[in-house]
Amino acid sequence: MKNIHKNFPGVRALQGVNFTLCEGEIHALMGENGAGKSTLIKVLTGVYGKDEGQIFIKGNDKAAVIHSPQDAQRYGISTVYQEITLCPNLSVAENMYIGRTAGIYQNWKKMNEDADKILQSLDIPAKATQQLASCSIAVQQMVAIARAVDMECKVLILDEPTSSLDEQEVEKLFGLMRDLKARGVGIIFVTHFLDQVYEVCDRITVLRDGKLVGSYDIKDLPRVQLVSKMLGKDLDDMSDIKGEHSAYNKKDASEHVFEAEQLVSDAGIKPFDFYINKGEVNGFTGLLGSGRSECVRAIFGADRVLGGTVKKNGKAVKISKPIDAMRNGIAYLPEDRKVDGIVGELSVRENIILALQVLKGFFKPFSKAEANKFADEYIKLLGIKTASADTPIKSLSGGNQQKAILARWLITNPEYLILDEPTRGIDVGTKIDIQKLVLKLASEGMSVTFISSETDEMLRTCSRLVVMRDRKVVGELSGKELTQSMIMSTIAGGERKE
Amino acid sequence: MKSENMKKSGVMVFLKKLVRQQIFIPIAALLLLAVFNLINDPSFYKITYGYNSAGDPVLSGYLMTILDYGSELAILAIGMTLVTAATGGQDISVGATIAISGSVILRILCGTNSRPETLQAPILVAFLVSCVVAMIFGAFNGALVAYFKIQPMVATLILFTAGRSIAAWINNNELPIISDPVFSYFGGFIPGIPIPTPFFIAAACMIVTGLVLKFTTLGLYTQSVGINESSSRLNGLNPAFIKFLTFVILGLCVAVAGLIKVSRLSSINYSVIAKDIEMDAILAVALGGNALSGGKFNMTASILGAYVIQFLTTTLYKLNVQSDALPAYKAVVVIVLVVLSAPIVREKLSAFFKKINSKQRFKEVG
Amino acid sequence: MSSNKKVPASESGLQNKFRNITDTNLLLLITIVVFFVMYIGAIIFQGKGFLKPQTFFNILNSNAALIIAACGMSIVMITGGIDISVGGVAALVSMCCAVYLDFHDGNVFVSILIALAIGLGYGIVQGFLVAYLDIQPFIVSLAGMFFARGMTTIVNTNPFNVQNESFVSLKETRITVPGLGSVNKLGKYVPAYIEIGVVVALLTVIILFCVLRWTKLGRGFYAVGGNSQSALMLGINVKRTKFISHLLCGLLAGIGGFVYFMHVGSGSASHASGMEMNAIASSIIGGTMLTGGVGNIIGTLFGVLSLNTIQNIVSSAGYDDAWWTGITIAAMLCLFLIVQSIVMARKKK
Repeated sequence: MKNIHKNFPGVRALQGVNFTLCEGEIHALMGENGAGKSTLIKVLTGVYGKDEGQIFIKGNDKAAVIHSPQDAQRYGISTVYQEITLCPNLSVAENMYIGRTAGIYQNWKKMNEDADKILQSLDIPAKATQQLASCSIAVQQMVAIARAVDMECKVLILDEPTSSLDEQEVEKLFGLMRDLKARGVGIIFVTHFLDQVYEVCDRITVLRDGKLVGSYDIKDLPRVQLVSKMLGKDLDDMSDIKGEHSAYNKKDASEHVFEAEQLVSDAGIKPFDFYINKGEVNGFTGLLGSGRSECVRAIFGADRVLGGTVKKNGKAVKISKPIDAMRNGIAYLPEDRKVDGIVGELSVRENIILALQVLKGFFKPFSKAEANKFADEYIKLLGIKTASADTPIKSLSGGNQQKAILARWLITNPEYLILDEPTRGIDVGTKIDIQKLVLKLASEGMSVTFISSETDEMLRTCSRLVVMRDRKVVGELSGKELTQSMIMSTIAGGERKE
Repeated sequence: MKSENMKKSGVMVFLKKLVRQQIFIPIAALLLLAVFNLINDPSFYKITYGYNSAGDPVLSGYLMTILDYGSELAILAIGMTLVTAATGGQDISVGATIAISGSVILRILCGTNSRPETLQAPILVAFLVSCVVAMIFGAFNGALVAYFKIQPMVATLILFTAGRSIAAWINNNELPIISDPVFSYFGGFIPGIPIPTPFFIAAACMIVTGLVLKFTTLGLYTQSVGINESSSRLNGLNPAFIKFLTFVILGLCVAVAGLIKVSRLSSINYSVIAKDIEMDAILAVALGGNALSGGKFNMTASILGAYVIQFLTTTLYKLNVQSDALPAYKAVVVIVLVVLSAPIVREKLSAFFKKINSKQRFKEVG
Repeated sequence: MSSNKKVPASESGLQNKFRNITDTNLLLLITIVVFFVMYIGAIIFQGKGFLKPQTFFNILNSNAALIIAACGMSIVMITGGIDISVGGVAALVSMCCAVYLDFHDGNVFVSILIALAIGLGYGIVQGFLVAYLDIQPFIVSLAGMFFARGMTTIVNTNPFNVQNESFVSLKETRITVPGLGSVNKLGKYVPAYIEIGVVVALLTVIILFCVLRWTKLGRGFYAVGGNSQSALMLGINVKRTKFISHLLCGLLAGIGGFVYFMHVGSGSASHASGMEMNAIASSIIGGTMLTGGVGNIIGTLFGVLSLNTIQNIVSSAGYDDAWWTGITIAAMLCLFLIVQSIVMARKKK
């Protein structure tokens, strides 16, 4: 057996990670966001340079030199990304061969014949002459794999290939993966779906915070343990962590402020029910990609709502656009701060007043004095570190940007505040500030939904958790059930540890 | 070594701050042109007081020409700035739409007879109708851009081609002439006032724009949409509508500019009226230091930019450059501006300056 | 997952074919059908004029330059860009060649070289600005258009006819089309003819068709226009491909300019006005998508023919004024833009 070794001690995002992939195995690479999975892959494919460490291929004593994706391809390392990186307007065959061969002349006949041969041998339901856009996403994904296979890759990296596929399509993809495995191709499979890992993979490597947690054979690592390894909590010390979060006492009698019934949006989540009480902090939990963001986006009207109703104080309200939600007292701090949150070139002041200004109306702009008053008040209240209220928000640090966006929503004085990953990518101090603030707001009667990848945070702030897996709600935990292990086992599903 | 530099840099910091101001770009360009003219021929700045053919007192001179003819451009620059900010593209049909709105004014004033003795309708009515028509054409462009998601320049290319033909069609391809002197006041002089009327109209437009920007949230909304559409939507804005709105506003600006243009001649020449003005309007926005890719804008700088363009045009005229050859020179200015503002070039330049700086420091230390 | 998302296997054959045809071919098909319907309509409603082969060849004769320029435009548009300077370049080329031939008593062959050099120069500069400095193609070529128009006036202000003998003889050269012709009013048989420009144009169409269909470079244009990010990942040099597309477009504008010059035989600053628009309209009518990645040179040829057939219909219907042309073209453009978006939207479903 010829092994492929890659050692990267000392890379900043990756601290001394060792990773071994054998011929003919499917190896899952797991870890939460920021654990270093994508960094590892990008180093391997030459997108990033590495600071230290070496990559060995096929038992060669000499380290492989990989500086660019082209280099990686020469060593037989191919990658298929989550977003399809093919050209939809070209034919299937062209997508498999373009940019690979030398010469000027394009021999269609030979290309189509070759392509058909490969497609047949891999059992991919597509014709060589078909336009790529007319294939389903799954088939497009497979064509990308076929391209990689035809380049005689020895290592195939699949970076979240299944996130936009439905069950049958995933099944087809897995068939293909097993087929390749039988041919001796080593496959690195990155995914957030636990079920899928246990369905196809042979071994699992878990990363956390840029460090290697360990590599395990699939049969040695039950689901609950996998989740706990990913989240970084050992099962044994978990039972008595609970004491911390009793800061909030659940108000049982209070009525539902907001309710959602069978809500479904075009972002691919299954219909879900949801409610929140006055002054309650609850949370959506689940792994990345489980649909937790999509749920709150549906409530806020950020994605196109396809069905279901939202009720406020028992009365149905129509929310089809964000402004509807805002008028009903909902505020939403989006998950992706850069894309959906900040308006980069505008000043901190303008960013803070934006939402309230929109609510107030087109013909009633705030005077400079009013705007400054708001801005100064919240800059002080939340401790936003900025040179002045006139500084463009993009020049602030991530944490301070987040606080400014939070300020934007707080001045609208919402009844219901949705915070989607408010603490991602910001320093520990700010994280705690935000958590404290959430509890304070709740005690003043605001309802808050708090979403975070860090279970710790959720446990500390939330009194009730909606657990999601694979785009559907799989459970709800509250009171005594709120423990790390319960969350993990619910996320993992299936085998539940008592 | 650092403290030494710090002392030295007091003046530098001030200069740097000045240079960073957006309005610095048009002012610098203005100064450059002004100094050039001063050296070339100081009589450029002479303003004479005299009487025009109608016997009314008028001020004349190159500076007055700039103030006079820069007016339409300044008015267009207002609308163009908003469109640029919100959509990251430009409207290239403004010249053609000026032809249309001018044609509408004449058509209504003349009625069926192309050379009427008296006006067939009040000027105000004609102007208001032309405003509506221009706004409808603006809305057409806006709809293509905002709702059909066609690139602004391609969408407006349709009217760019068809506009002048539509203008000719409105008047059955005749060339109406208005003999009423009142109509010529808008593009000339009001008796007794020696300053050209277009300047007052432009000033009025600027004041209205200032008030609109102060008393509505238009500025904040357009910039927000131009910078981050997705985030704007999540803050309750309707990005498509705001883009649409900016085109309608530009339509209004076009109607005002159209009134001045037809009033100057008391007639219209469909293929020549406001020719190449789209280029000047875009140039004004760019010269105002506004990014042509949208986002933040500075209205004052744009308006100033418009007058600088007119300054350039007048200077070129004075150097005996033919009117048809003007675009060549302006095209060079445009290319220089866009090349300098291209992100890739900027990065390279700043890297280059850093290198020079560090070398200088190295020398100082040595 | 939603159940209606699945495509039922038992779909009707026609619908299946509709789904499987490539975007490029679908739009090409529409164009060709539209052209023939229009031409037959013209024959039925506008009388016998359209039946004469020469009517058809005249459309070719007067539009050879447009065909060439539109081919260049199609390539740029397939790559996802646009170039509105082609008309200006054509005017500049004809003026420069006219001045050279008449005032300097120049050689026809050298004048062709001048035309090529101007076109190539334009292509290189614009291509560099667009591809390597990443500036919007529209702004670049807008400035290019104004620059060319201005330069034309600077080169020579007044329009004039070229008297150069060897050029005039080249211009007058007519190639008869064997087997086709018609009987004129005097009862004499007049064979149909085409000008040299048409030969150049048809050669251009054939060569470019082959380039786009059978070369790596040609397929690269499609890949970059389809999704430039993906094209990069697939190992295509995106910047170079964009550069070459603009280079080709500039070069073709130069050739087109010379063919235009051969057709009109004069230099004028107002020559080829609106040619950029006609070229864009022809490309779009010919099935090239503004968003890039879809298009066909044969379609562009039919686009030019359709555009001119409708202009002929409009003018023979009595709307002879020049300003109807602009309106007709804009209306056609608008119509086809909407047709494209509807067809594509329906196909995606």
